[in-house]
Amino acid sequence: MKVQQISVFLENKSGRLAELTDVLGKAGINIRALSIADTSDFGILRLIVNKPEDAFRILKEDGFSVSITDVIAVEVQDEPGGLAKVLGILQSAGINIEYLYAFLEKSSNDALVVFRVEQIDEAVDLLAKHNVNVVKGSDVYKL
Amino acid sequence: MMYNPQYEAMPREQLRQLQLERLQKTVRRVYDNVPFYRKKLQEKGIEPGDVKTLDDLKLLPFTVKQDLRDNYPFGLFAEPMSEVVRVHASSGTTGKPTVVGYTQNDINTWSELIARCVAMAGGSKGDVVQVAYGYGLFTGGLGLHYGAERLGATVIPISGGNTKRQLMLMEDFGTTILCCTPSYALFLAEEAGDFGVDLVNGKLKAGIFGAEPWSEKMRDELEKSLGIKAYNIYGLSEIMGPGVSMECECQCGMHVMEDYFIPEVIDPQTGETLPYGSKGEIVFTTITKEAFPLLRYRTRDISVLTEEKCECGRTFVRMDRVMGRTDDMLIIRGVNVFPSQIESVLLNFGETEPHYLLVVDRQGTLDTLEVLVEVSEKMFSDEVRKLEELEKKLGHEIASILGISARIKLVEPRTIPRSEGKAKRVIDKREL
Ligand SMILES: [Zn+2]
Repeated sequence: MKVQQISVFLENKSGRLAELTDVLGKAGINIRALSIADTSDFGILRLIVNKPEDAFRILKEDGFSVSITDVIAVEVQDEPGGLAKVLGILQSAGINIEYLYAFLEKSSNDALVVFRVEQIDEAVDLLAKHNVNVVKGSDVYKL
Repeated sequence: MMYNPQYEAMPREQLRQLQLERLQKTVRRVYDNVPFYRKKLQEKGIEPGDVKTLDDLKLLPFTVKQDLRDNYPFGLFAEPMSEVVRVHASSGTTGKPTVVGYTQNDINTWSELIARCVAMAGGSKGDVVQVAYGYGLFTGGLGLHYGAERLGATVIPISGGNTKRQLMLMEDFGTTILCCTPSYALFLAEEAGDFGVDLVNGKLKAGIFGAEPWSEKMRDELEKSLGIKAYNIYGLSEIMGPGVSMECECQCGMHVMEDYFIPEVIDPQTGETLPYGSKGEIVFTTITKEAFPLLRYRTRDISVLTEEKCECGRTFVRMDRVMGRTDDMLIIRGVNVFPSQIESVLLNFGETEPHYLLVVDRQGTLDTLEVLVEVSEKMFSDEVRKLEELEKKLGHEIASILGISARIKLVEPRTIPRSEGKAKRVIDKREL
């Protein structure tokens, strides 16, 4: 149920994001979701792509500091309160969310949201129990 | 074991008397035989008879590397060439090398020094010493060679390189003491596995490592991966070659062979002599050398001397590992800063090959220091919070080691300019 996310260290300099996406694009890697967390000096770019292992290798060869992190992709009903419901389930079980961000495309009528939690297996079980759909990695890459 | 306890453990009062007598002879010798020194002494209005106590050393002129270049090749020799039995030369990165000469007595002295050094590393007659320093114009190979022979050990004069053969002979000949640069020793340790040589459980018991700067962390690594005790040896060809100072079994600083050399620590800016315990530039005066005596030679190496008594019983002062070179020194807010100090912090953070850059600037009247650190894969974390913690921790460690605060900036890998593979460490934007 886990999805492999690529994380890249980026300095806050103009053009770096464009360079990176260019490198990936030339290698035929499609970006499914992305988010940037930044401070005044640096940022961490987080990506879900169709071929995470290739992306990792290519970026590493290109000199980026890059790592792979396990995250989960959760279907959230595209209606008011949809996200709040999922957050509520995780919170009541004491599962701490490090960060989350949304996919560019929808999987169906629902929105797809990436969650990074520490207790990943626990979160997957818990969401399943509450009939929340956690999308498989292989399905996410294919979107 | 002490090779020569009569000198190595001489009471300091007596040692100082010996140093004074030898210094007086040396000043007389250079005044009489080396026009360069006669001129320098006369300019300062000093006659050889003016040196009455060891404190008078302060009156004598310094010698710097450029003086050696200016007098290339034999201009500073104090003996006719007919008395010189050997020359060595250090490769000059630009232009001519610096040339040094030895009489037979000088070679004998050098052998004595190295015999002491090998004994400090636990060597004696019956040991097998593999000399993997380069032989030739460089002083490393031949220096260790003659001294180990003097001690009565069996010498394998294999010189540097040819790793496979090094390992084969080490195993087949039962080498007990290895002499080479610390980086080459690490390389040998790595390669040993590939060649199926078990060094940890083999006969090797000690390493005498020098000719390049290294760290305590490297010592741990070497001792573990080779199954030995690793000793630091120091020297420079201008003064003698290896063996000017060497660690004893306590591994707590290198004993300077004070019956042959007088060490001083000076402030590299002002030339003022500093007391024991202060960090500064190490200066040596040779007091027995015949062919190539030097007064107050500025090594440009930064270290600390301590007079505290050592547990081994030797009375010679000890010098710390070389912490940096005066050439690299920066003065920021009045504090002496060496790029190597930043390096040591990063090494402690587990970086094996840290890349960093010091950017010094001035805002108004205040100097600012920014340290750019490339984020290696090891440092990188997917979480902003952890990277910010890393920045904070680095900043804290660097401030505590430098004594001034620095702003830490994490940058992408391979963004700090490198020239010929070697990273540039400092950008000073101040207009002084
Ligand atoms: Zn000692």
